[in-house]
Amino acid sequence: MITIVKPGLLTTIQDEGRWGYQAYGMPVSGAMDRYAYRTANILAGNAAGAAAFEMTMLGATYRFETEALIAICGADMQATLNGEPVSNWSALSVQAGSELSFQFAAQGCRAYLAVQGGVDVPPVLGSRATYTRGQVGGKDGRALKAGDVIARGQASAHAFCQPKCLPAEWIPALGDQIAIRVLAGPQGDYFTEGGMETFFSSQYVISDEADRMGYRMDGAKIEHSKKPDIVSDALCLGAIQVPGHGMPIVMMADRQTTGGYAKIGTVIGPDLWKLAQAKPGDTVRFIRCTDEEAVEALRAENSRYEQLAAWAAAGSQPSGGGKRYQMKINGVSYKITVEAIN
Amino acid sequence: MEKVKILAAGEQGLVIEFGEAIDFEINARVHRTARLIKSKFGEEVIEVVPTYRSLMVYFDPLRIQRAELVQNIKGLALAATAGDEKKDAGKVVIDIPVFYGGELGPDLSFVASHNGLTEEEVIAIHTATPYLVYMIGFTPGFPYLGGMSEKIATPRLAQPRTKIPAGSVGIAGSQTGFYPIESPGGWQLIGRTPVKAFNACSQSPFLFEAGDYLRFVSVSQAEYDKIAAQVEAGEYKPATSVLGGGV
Repeated sequence: MITIVKPGLLTTIQDEGRWGYQAYGMPVSGAMDRYAYRTANILAGNAAGAAAFEMTMLGATYRFETEALIAICGADMQATLNGEPVSNWSALSVQAGSELSFQFAAQGCRAYLAVQGGVDVPPVLGSRATYTRGQVGGKDGRALKAGDVIARGQASAHAFCQPKCLPAEWIPALGDQIAIRVLAGPQGDYFTEGGMETFFSSQYVISDEADRMGYRMDGAKIEHSKKPDIVSDALCLGAIQVPGHGMPIVMMADRQTTGGYAKIGTVIGPDLWKLAQAKPGDTVRFIRCTDEEAVEALRAENSRYEQLAAWAAAGSQPSGGGKRYQMKINGVSYKITVEAIN
Repeated sequence: MEKVKILAAGEQGLVIEFGEAIDFEINARVHRTARLIKSKFGEEVIEVVPTYRSLMVYFDPLRIQRAELVQNIKGLALAATAGDEKKDAGKVVIDIPVFYGGELGPDLSFVASHNGLTEEEVIAIHTATPYLVYMIGFTPGFPYLGGMSEKIATPRLAQPRTKIPAGSVGIAGSQTGFYPIESPGGWQLIGRTPVKAFNACSQSPFLFEAGDYLRFVSVSQAEYDKIAAQVEAGEYKPATSVLGGGV
């Protein structure tokens, strides 16, 4: 069990998202920064898709009622364990009764806390992701509150784990000037050549209207060649809508499933984490890329997870595979794990 | 027949456009193509999302290349041509019970006077024909319905309401529908339904899907309360019928 001592600004339970129900108007939701979320799960020895905590801007304080292996990734919220600083992008063991506390994000916007076994809330339509607007998933469909008690899933007997820090070269660099790759379309023909040129050559500033649903940007006005409205159709992750005001809106995890504005392009999946970690006031440049480049970036991202998993497992012991004993010698308690070696 | 356009929507999505209009036959092709794609592909296709006149296909580009998928889908989209109306006969019609007027439908009298009708006539027209669910979007379970009679068409409120209760049944121009969850909006509210378009606690969490038909049925306050209790207990099953030959 994990008790939420302080909830932070917006802490929700997220996973890979609620796929398969967009035809019924159900948004996908899920972790905003999939790289940080997936890396946290790998470090915690979890299978892909385990639910984790997503914190926004100001982190939460958790009390662990039982010992656990946990991992912290994403925005640097200056975590402390019982008052002692702990490394971001790392896995660590916590003892029963420990308090893990996160502060304001010194860098980035969203931090992830994974626990071995995953966060256990009842899945809704196959996912534990919280969609707060629809009051679906997570803890009663809402952000976490002080006093909430959240269960931990059973760790797999084959789960590998050990406290370790991610090598520096795998920790993504965050800055306040962001370049993200975009595939043009599907409604490129709704914009003038000049409008396209403006979009790909200007800097845009993330406005205050930036949340899990979408990010509205301010900057040079993008010119439409015809009316900005289309007959409503489906909105994919990263879709960039441009309403009549000429400012781009990038659709994020909690986006509505359909929309009625022309879409100038789509942010490629492997670059979306940069926006998830951006804050109002940060500047964004949209870089045109080809479908081949986008697919290559996806392939590279996936092979990174394979490398990470292999690295995390190397030298680790299966956490549930051995027999555990507790014994006292001269008044001091020891925990001993015994495993068969073949 | 209009040409099919296939467009890119990010590295994992493609959009098949069957036309530009909100049209019964175009929408039927969208749903036929969605069914064909679901039956033809396995894990390489993640999800399909039908809308008024286009179909979004989410796929895994590491399992199937875009060019190959586009080639296959073009064939399927062309196979789902016009002239298959008979296949749509036999579509399910789901009854949506509505308590009309009073506090639950505060704009019924305005809709009536705007169209020179009595409230009873508005209800009779609104309940007379089944409506096609062209698509679902905006919020979970929100149906975009087609086929309302122009006799009861009414402009939206000049001043939208900030809170419209879940289940509110309304008219906006020549559109009708109901709000599955509490939302702001400018629709003329003529009644309320106790049923939930989306109910996570139910065994079948969604009451209907795009391509189905909905028929509004006028119920008394007592029936409304009875159904509301059944919905709350997760025991409500809507009355359904089969659409007879064409529409």
